[in-house]
Amino acid sequence: MSGKDRIEIFPSRMAQTIMKARLKGAQTGRNLLKKKSDALTLRFRQILKKIIETKMLMGEVMREAAFSLAEAKFTAGDFSTTVIQNVNKAQVKIRAKKDNVAGVTLPVFEHYHEGTDSYELTGLARGGEQLAKLKRNYAKAVELLVELASLQTSFVTLDEAIKITNRRVNAIEHVIIPRIERTLAYIITELDEREREEFYRFVGIGS
Amino acid sequence: MAGRGKLIAVIGDEDTVTGFLLGGIGELNKNRQPNFLVVEKDTTINEIEDTFRQFLNRDDIGIILINQYIAEMVRHALDAHQRSIPAVLEIPSKEHPYDAAKDSILRRARGMFTAEDLR
Repeated sequence: MSGKDRIEIFPSRMAQTIMKARLKGAQTGRNLLKKKSDALTLRFRQILKKIIETKMLMGEVMREAAFSLAEAKFTAGDFSTTVIQNVNKAQVKIRAKKDNVAGVTLPVFEHYHEGTDSYELTGLARGGEQLAKLKRNYAKAVELLVELASLQTSFVTLDEAIKITNRRVNAIEHVIIPRIERTLAYIITELDEREREEFYRFVGIGS
Repeated sequence: MAGRGKLIAVIGDEDTVTGFLLGGIGELNKNRQPNFLVVEKDTTINEIEDTFRQFLNRDDIGIILINQYIAEMVRHALDAHQRSIPAVLEIPSKEHPYDAAKDSILRRARGMFTAEDLR
């Protein structure tokens, strides 16, 4: 990246005013972006904490669900093949909604039920109660997992947004603003020199 | 974007898949393709990777649940997935309890904050 360049512009009083305005604009822009980055980072940390909590909770819920599965298998026999063969339509589906944080749209999942239970008749022979408990446990696990998925997608999206915003802040701070400042300095030196030249010309003519 | 329902897919061992199917997430789409994969002892890593990529490319799948020990086998495919949807969640299995150190998502944040700091 070139370090010594400035904007090519004819040095005049008007150019100086324009450059000053541009500098002000760049500084305001940089401050606003910095605030946005801070807000996003704050939300990011909150979400990360929530994710870790929820993941630990999920570990426990899954353990309980697996346990009830083992119980059900014990009473009802092996129903895995029947379950897998009888797949038809899903009763639990998810919708993607949009949430907004500091100008960044985050996708959020919401689960909803549709249709009837395909497995109503499974376990009619034996183990019906364990199977019902098992279904409830896994339904609970699914709800928790959908929430976790929402947190995770927000996390990933925020991560990207924060990186982009920080890149822009750095670009303004280390490239744009120095360039404008250098241009301003150049204009001021040129104007000063011109003034001195003119003065010298006047003094020269006088004598 | 709200309204069009998306599915939850599962890649796991027989018990995990059975459990979630009973929870009501299983579906066969128009081409009789399932949204789940039962991983057995003889399932090859290529098969798992292929199914995972297929699920990623299907636009009617919003979440992919995968047992953590299977995720380990296709870790490179998981890490290559940068989009936010479908969300990939690593879940524990009966033999392998959840290990936060191996989770793809948490590792992304490792550079910024460690899990222990926030606990």
